[in-house]
Amino acid sequence: MRLLIIEDDRDAADYLVKAFREVGHIADQASDGEEGLALALDGQYDVLIVDRMLPKRDGLSVIGALRGKSVETPVLILSALGQVDDRVKGLRTGGDDYLAKPYAFSELLARVEALARRRGNRGEETVYRVGDLELNRLSHEVSRAGQELQLQPREFRLLEFLMRHAGQVVTRTMLLENVWDYHFDPQTNVIDVHISRLRSKIDKGFAQPLLHTVRGAGYMIRDGAR
Amino acid sequence: MTALGKLLRTTAFQLTLVYLMIFILFAVSLLGYFALNTRRLITEQITQTVNTEISGLRDQYNQGGIRRLVILVDLRSRRPGSSLYLVTTATGEGLAGNVGSLEPGVLDHPGWLETNYRRLDAPEGSEHLALVRVVQLPGGFRLLVGRDLEERERLFDIIANAGQWSLALVIVLGLIGGFFVSRRVLKRVDAMTETAQTIMAGDLAGRLPVAGTGDELDRLADHLNAMLERIEALMRGLKEVSDNIAHDLKTPLTRLRNRCEEVLRGPAGDSDYRAALESTIAESDDLIRTFDALLMIARAESGQARDNMSEFDAAEIARDVGELYEPLADEKGLALKVEAQAAAPVRGNRELVSQALANLVDNAIKYARPDGKLNGAPTEILVKAGHDGEHIMLSVADRGPGIPEADRSRVVERFVRLEQSRSEPGSGLGLSLAAAVARLHGGQLRLEDNAPGLKSIIELPRVGPTGAG
Repeated sequence: MRLLIIEDDRDAADYLVKAFREVGHIADQASDGEEGLALALDGQYDVLIVDRMLPKRDGLSVIGALRGKSVETPVLILSALGQVDDRVKGLRTGGDDYLAKPYAFSELLARVEALARRRGNRGEETVYRVGDLELNRLSHEVSRAGQELQLQPREFRLLEFLMRHAGQVVTRTMLLENVWDYHFDPQTNVIDVHISRLRSKIDKGFAQPLLHTVRGAGYMIRDGAR
Repeated sequence: MTALGKLLRTTAFQLTLVYLMIFILFAVSLLGYFALNTRRLITEQITQTVNTEISGLRDQYNQGGIRRLVILVDLRSRRPGSSLYLVTTATGEGLAGNVGSLEPGVLDHPGWLETNYRRLDAPEGSEHLALVRVVQLPGGFRLLVGRDLEERERLFDIIANAGQWSLALVIVLGLIGGFFVSRRVLKRVDAMTETAQTIMAGDLAGRLPVAGTGDELDRLADHLNAMLERIEALMRGLKEVSDNIAHDLKTPLTRLRNRCEEVLRGPAGDSDYRAALESTIAESDDLIRTFDALLMIARAESGQARDNMSEFDAAEIARDVGELYEPLADEKGLALKVEAQAAAPVRGNRELVSQALANLVDNAIKYARPDGKLNGAPTEILVKAGHDGEHIMLSVADRGPGIPEADRSRVVERFVRLEQSRSEPGSGLGLSLAAAVARLHGGQLRLEDNAPGLKSIIELPRVGPTGAG
């Protein structure tokens, strides 16, 4: 995966480039808005990581310019302005995701990977399949090994989100934002409890668990046999 | 000198001047109108009488000749009063009448005329103004009939005099009144300015004096006082926050630093470093969380979050939050129930209200006695959305230890945690945020006894008329 990091803080940018390299991605960096915009228009990037407050041209205006020129590369906005209204503004300008500083790298990585695969993604598929687990988005039916499972509406949405990102790490905040539409930190481990309920419904009694906990990061649904 | 200048420049005094001018203008026009009209009326009356008399005398002359006329005029001239008569020959020789002398040439011009004259019986030099009519009789004789105008002039003088005096009086009284009124106003404004100066000098506890008359200055003072109240509260909050930040953020920072130092000092292996780093990350995550909560409270309290307001159903929020926390409660052996059927329309920041309610539910789960049974039933947490006409109430009732009445107002403050809860995880900001969110929406956070347990209620103003009551 090829990334462009537009960030004026040298240390932070270097850290990100190094960290992404370690997990096998290529990352370029630009230190101001103009340079970032030029590179983004020029190069073939899978995801752009854009800081909001940049010299010469601020992050939101870079995104606006890109979208104005029909460059649809997914953008993740990284900003110290982390309140709800800042987020709303960022997403309205054309950003695809928003992460407030300070952040955990695992969180950033999970979101960037989710964005990168978003387009060639299974968004339009009617039936999601992971191993012998099947979820039908139209009929709202879930079955494992041909056996029908009874899920609550919220559990269904939780599973749907996990399966859409099958093979990718999904963090607790991503779940909270996408399944519950909350952007605050609920302090306690509410998401973990929902996951363990879901797990008991889809994995209990089957030899091969599909829903995995990724330590220090989040969760992943994946066909373990492969 | 400056005191007088200040007085003259007050709005009250300048208004007095303006009113005074308007009043004077009005009075002068009224008096003028009155005087002129009176004069016209008198003149009309004189004209009429004189005309009648002349036509009567002319008839007599036509019937009885000059002899008759002279006798009649002579007779009338002797009567007391202001009537004037004169009959002369064509050459101006007086035949009868009571006019001693006239301005020269008067008799040569028939018609109406205002002229000075002297009565026959009056001493030399006492000349009066009169309105007279001269007619030419057939046969060359001239007849003059008129009225003395002294009375008309005197009346006019009296009116003018009265007008002058009353105007002088009005001006003097007006100026004195304006002077006193503006001095009174100025005194109060000065008192307010003085207080404002002491407040600006740093004494935020100062309040503007209110006279208690309920006038516009009082209302202004009341509003400014309310504003000062708010500013003082904000400043107090700011001070509290900085004190709290000093304490509650520095304590974990110190802990964090100590741990790093400790590991560096001793002979440590890889696993020790790893453990130290992991706990450092966990600790800094806690710090970030506390920091975020503080920022959010500050934002809610300063009213900045007002931009993001929309209309939503609070009952839906109660259901959503309840649904989010139900498994967690269940895991702790608590039954979480939601009662939110009727729509509860609220205008506000949906995210903040959700978070405030989530904080209350989180608290309830944290402090409720797990596995404790009340009357044989599992301990229950009730999340409810309801209304009492004007207010929408989002409440969370638990069967935990509750909060003693004396501590209820204190726990809402930032970082305050009661002794028995110190061991629980948490920043001590949950209730502060809920209270700040309620205030942001023009409502309040109420803590009540659930006998036993705690009932926390977020009270928000209800929007519009009842929807689906």
